[in-house]
Amino acid sequence: MTTITSTIQSGVSRELRNHVSVGQTVRNSFSMAYRGLLKVRRTPEQLIDVTLQPIIFTVMFTFIFGGAIAGDVASYLPLLIPGILVQTVITTSVVTGVQLREDMDKGVFDRFKSLPIARIAPLAGALLADTVRYTIATTITFVVGFILGYRPEGGLGFVVLAGLLVIVCSWALSWIFAFFGVIARSASSVQGISFLVLFPLTFLSNAFVPSDTMPGWLQAFVNVNPVSHLVSAVRDLANVGTIGGDFWLALLGAAVVVAIFAPLFVRAYMRKA
Amino acid sequence: MATSSDWAVEATGLVKIFGDNRAVDGVDLRVRTGSVYGVLGPNGAGKTTVIRMLATLLRPDAGHATVFGHDVQHEAQIVRQLIGVTGQYASVDETLSATENLMLFSRLNGLGRAESRAKANELLEEFGLTAAAKRPLKNFSGGMRRRLDLAASLISQPPLIFLDEPTTGLDPRTRSQMWDTIRRLVSTGSTVLLTTQYLDEADQLADRIAVIDTGRVVAEGTADELKASVGKSSLQLRLLDPADRDDAVRAIRSVLGVDVTLSPEAARITAPMQDPDRITDLLVALREQNISLTELAVQKPTLDEVFLTLTGHGVETEKEEVNA
Repeated sequence: MTTITSTIQSGVSRELRNHVSVGQTVRNSFSMAYRGLLKVRRTPEQLIDVTLQPIIFTVMFTFIFGGAIAGDVASYLPLLIPGILVQTVITTSVVTGVQLREDMDKGVFDRFKSLPIARIAPLAGALLADTVRYTIATTITFVVGFILGYRPEGGLGFVVLAGLLVIVCSWALSWIFAFFGVIARSASSVQGISFLVLFPLTFLSNAFVPSDTMPGWLQAFVNVNPVSHLVSAVRDLANVGTIGGDFWLALLGAAVVVAIFAPLFVRAYMRKA
Repeated sequence: MATSSDWAVEATGLVKIFGDNRAVDGVDLRVRTGSVYGVLGPNGAGKTTVIRMLATLLRPDAGHATVFGHDVQHEAQIVRQLIGVTGQYASVDETLSATENLMLFSRLNGLGRAESRAKANELLEEFGLTAAAKRPLKNFSGGMRRRLDLAASLISQPPLIFLDEPTTGLDPRTRSQMWDTIRRLVSTGSTVLLTTQYLDEADQLADRIAVIDTGRVVAEGTADELKASVGKSSLQLRLLDPADRDDAVRAIRSVLGVDVTLSPEAARITAPMQDPDRITDLLVALREQNISLTELAVQKPTLDEVFLTLTGHGVETEKEEVNA
């Protein structure tokens, strides 16, 4: 240990500001996102849900349901791939809440709170880093589908647009799980509550099967479920190359979720932070 | 009125209630700029809660506190630019390496990429962590973690540093290294507010000490003032020839008029000292009787005694709790 050379500037001679500028908020958020990515690099097993899971689910569902639902595997793929994509990426968004809770329980969060940074930066950073996870999951699902014989008619441009739509909607949903992350007692309870919400949302939709074989009351739910609209929008984009009404409905649903849960989250979060 | 540069911390009537537990129950503190202030108390006394309120991590339920004249609630963001906080449990990211941690906190403190790297390297060097810089923190010892934690608090060179039990659980060598670091911090102009449950730590480092128990400040002053408030000093004599003991005891009785305590080996005599002036008379009497001394000391009461007297309960049980 050598000596501390520089003299510390006294409290009164410093230039001080009591508010955080937008530019600083963005910079802080990117620093926190960088931290999120570093953590992923240290613990690559965190990526299992966005790498192995899409592979296993896509292959499994294709061969289990393919023959029964669409007659053969090849004609099931245009129906399934958009569905499995939406389900995988939305499931990934739960991690945001779980990790936020874990972080908040650790000592490092105290340091974040004691630094002169934007209060929202730890969350904004996490959300930013998660888009990387969504992108991985999206890419892998499309690639596995392609290997199994899926040839989206819409062309590459619309496939990319479909992927972006899914990422945006999952990002919107992650606000819900971030909210659970702040109000829940522990990381494992966040996981519990989140899956309770997620399973009905993803399975009571048209993600895996066409809704017309379901009983009327279930169809009613499936048809209003925003996940169904998202799946339909992705099918329109990838398989036909059109932007339909479902596209705008899915975006509207995402906007509504953010409009409700972002303020709820920020209020709960600020009370703790 | 004192200007904001005189007082690093001014707190009045701080209260924090958790459920029906008044964890902090009306604490007043004044920390002079450039000093080391010790908050001393047993586990659960409310030390950490006080620090967390002053460091803007916790909102006080009542009371008012300023850091260099800035209100901790209404000007929290300003206060955060003036403080560094080192928590009781290391507040660093366990999954990152030491360099990555320091880089991240430098970036968050507004330093550029190159500046951050330079700062991280400088601090790693300063805290003797260069060799371990790339290793994940999981393999760090308690002392290394604390050092990294303190290093992270110093990135912005804050004029006020909160240290919450900086040496709890450290071995004696690491503890004295930590003390050296804290002393060097103060010599560069920092103000340090530290909590501790070790009396010798407060005695060694702190210019002033507040003893807190069950959420209240039960005593405040310099270490000497606290000791003086509790008891008188005692005079300790060690004789060259133990055979002179009886003569010496007789001399003390006749000159000082007090009873003495003899140590087991009987070579050391301890006598309560009420009037320092009379010691001269005693020494003259001893010389006249040809009683030679090898050691003469005035022992002030230890902070342990202060602690016991003020808090009304022992220190030993608290130490056991720490080990548990």
